Amino acid sequence: MNDMRILDRDVSANTTKITARGVQVYYGENHALKDVDVDILAGTVTAFIGPSGCGKSTFLRCLNRMNDTVASARVLGEIKLDGEDIYDKRVDPVVLRARIGMVFQKPNPFPKSIYENVAYGPRIHGLTRSRSELDEVVETALKKAALWNEVKDRLQSPGTGLSGGQQQRLCIARAIATSPEVLLMDEPCSALDPIATAQVEELIDELRAHFSVVIVTHSMQQAARVSQRTAFFHLGHLVEYGETGQIFTNPRDPRTESYITGRIG
Amino acid sequence: MSVGLLSLIVLGLAVLGYLLGRQRALSAVKGDPRALHSLPSYYGASVALFTAVPALLVMVVWLFLQPTILETRTAALIPQENIAASGGNISLVMADVRRIAEGLDAVAARAGLDEAGIQAMRADLSDMRSRLAEVGVALGANVDPAVFEAAKTYRSLGNSLHSAMALVVLLAAALGFAFALWRISPQLRARNLVEQFIQVLLIASSLIAVATTFGIIASLVVESWHFFRLYPAGDFFFSTTWNPQFRGGSSLGLWPLVWGTLYVSFIALLVAAPIGLMAAIYLSEYAGPKMRATAKPLLEILAGIPSIVYGLFALVTVGPLLRDYFAQPLGLGDSSSSVMTAGVVMGIMLIPYVSSLSDDIINAVPQAMRDGSFGLGATQSETVKRVVLPAALPGIVGAVLLAASRAIGETMIVVMGAGAAAKLSLNPFEAMTTVTVKIVSQLTGDTEFASPETLVAFALGLTLFCFTLALNVLALVIVRKYREQYE
Repeated sequence: MNDMRILDRDVSANTTKITARGVQVYYGENHALKDVDVDILAGTVTAFIGPSGCGKSTFLRCLNRMNDTVASARVLGEIKLDGEDIYDKRVDPVVLRARIGMVFQKPNPFPKSIYENVAYGPRIHGLTRSRSELDEVVETALKKAALWNEVKDRLQSPGTGLSGGQQQRLCIARAIATSPEVLLMDEPCSALDPIATAQVEELIDELRAHFSVVIVTHSMQQAARVSQRTAFFHLGHLVEYGETGQIFTNPRDPRTESYITGRIG
Repeated sequence: MSVGLLSLIVLGLAVLGYLLGRQRALSAVKGDPRALHSLPSYYGASVALFTAVPALLVMVVWLFLQPTILETRTAALIPQENIAASGGNISLVMADVRRIAEGLDAVAARAGLDEAGIQAMRADLSDMRSRLAEVGVALGANVDPAVFEAAKTYRSLGNSLHSAMALVVLLAAALGFAFALWRISPQLRARNLVEQFIQVLLIASSLIAVATTFGIIASLVVESWHFFRLYPAGDFFFSTTWNPQFRGGSSLGLWPLVWGTLYVSFIALLVAAPIGLMAAIYLSEYAGPKMRATAKPLLEILAGIPSIVYGLFALVTVGPLLRDYFAQPLGLGDSSSSVMTAGVVMGIMLIPYVSSLSDDIINAVPQAMRDGSFGLGATQSETVKRVVLPAALPGIVGAVLLAASRAIGETMIVVMGAGAAAKLSLNPFEAMTTVTVKIVSQLTGDTEFASPETLVAFALGLTLFCFTLALNVLALVIVRKYREQYE
């Protein structure tokens, strides 16, 4: 964890992108998330850390209303994207998810060609008017995801034929292609080897220039390496939220200190 | 000793062997099962297997062979003139022999005769025909002395063979019992022995299925070959008229029947595939758990209705309905039996096949695929159309082809819905018929099994078999080619 000091901790902008106040989540009888308040800043990588089952993935899935697809889930409280309540009746979750993209824990490319995988979002949202425009979007997304050089000669071969790390970068490209404002990543490196992880982490840092990124991770080193702000969750509570450097070097809450020094979790 | 009693004795011996074997294994190590190679029950099981399996196998083989031996031995006793008298057909004489032999037992029981008494009976001295008639064995003519003697031999030989079988089976059981019990020692790998036996059992079971398939194909091929010796293959494959005449001079062209089969199946699939698929999509993607728990069993009830009931539905309801509201107003015919009727009803029958299989296949598409699509802001129907269905496609094609195989083989609905007239026509409101229906109609009735009119059934059966086989192979190829697209 020595490298955290050498990392640039600049937060490029201080405008708030997402505001969450008093968020509660129930899965049936189970109270999974208790009274969470978080401000996610624009142009920042925010990491959620905490032991398994602490509610960090649950909270992430609240941000783009993916919990709507879970029948037993109930979300209370207020989450605002650019000052607009995303749980308002007038908000279409489908449109919301186009603005807040998501990358999942396990790479899940569609059983289609690499090109079709990336073109999926632009196609369903009608973002392009011509084939050449679509080609351009696909190329840009693949370049941003640092995958273009590896796949430019085989865009028509199936996305499932790529290696695990490439698949995950393909999923990131797929999410980028819809040009979202926020990118949510649910443990994007847990199924990857160290080299692929390094590539994805580098990518995350570059993506910060275009969107706010929220990343859930089990690896504290990863949180320290890629994020500017860190939130620590424990047993459904948000224990501490602040600058990554401060959380890792000078935590205010004793629970955070126990976790990052490896005594709990 | 009857076969049932004999098997009971063998099984009793096996149970005894189990207990003794277990006991012997335990006593060999002074009651400490840890010193044994296998659990004590495996030693017991090995003795039980050695007792029962060879003995029962011997019994089964013996029961298979005994009738053949009995027939050939007895048939040799019958003089040529008796065979000639019954039209040169030995099997008719042998049928008499068997019936007389059975009757003799009853006669003996009634008159209180012992074995010697039966041997002393003579057909030329007493009126055997009426005595046999008294015990319920009716014979067409007076009993010929030679046939009667053959029957006596048949009976006594049968009895002695039967006793010999009991002896051999018991001997085999006892030998197996003794051998297995003798070789029990703590080092014996009884567990592996039982494992091997289970493996053999499993192999044998799968062989039965394979062997049956080959047997059926072989019988179809042989009978079809007989047919093609009597009827030119060119006419069968290339003629377009189907007009069997039991007086001879029939034209047995395949195509009207194949056309009917394909036409009816096509309409059935046109009904079943979209409806079944859409029902499956609703059930797996949209329906809540409660709806699913009620609707799925209800839909599967459709699969449990016998096809004859669907046939009635076609005959009484759908046929007249289609005639009155579609065929007559459109001027396409006035028959209530039509390809359309049979096809629509058959399609309804096939809906649960398509929906149930497709539902399972759609459910097998990983949730990660759907999450990925939802996460990009796709709606439910976009997700289904662009991600779930393409991923499930090979399985869905398999389900539809399976339904097609069933449609091709269906008989009752066609008889009652489409009629029995073999015709080559494009009009779906005309009566037509299929291969299966004609197989049934060629084989029902009192016709001998030597004319092309009856033997054609086997050639038709073989054709049908080739069609369904080709469909299954096609399904397999499609599934192989596109399998494991996701993962």
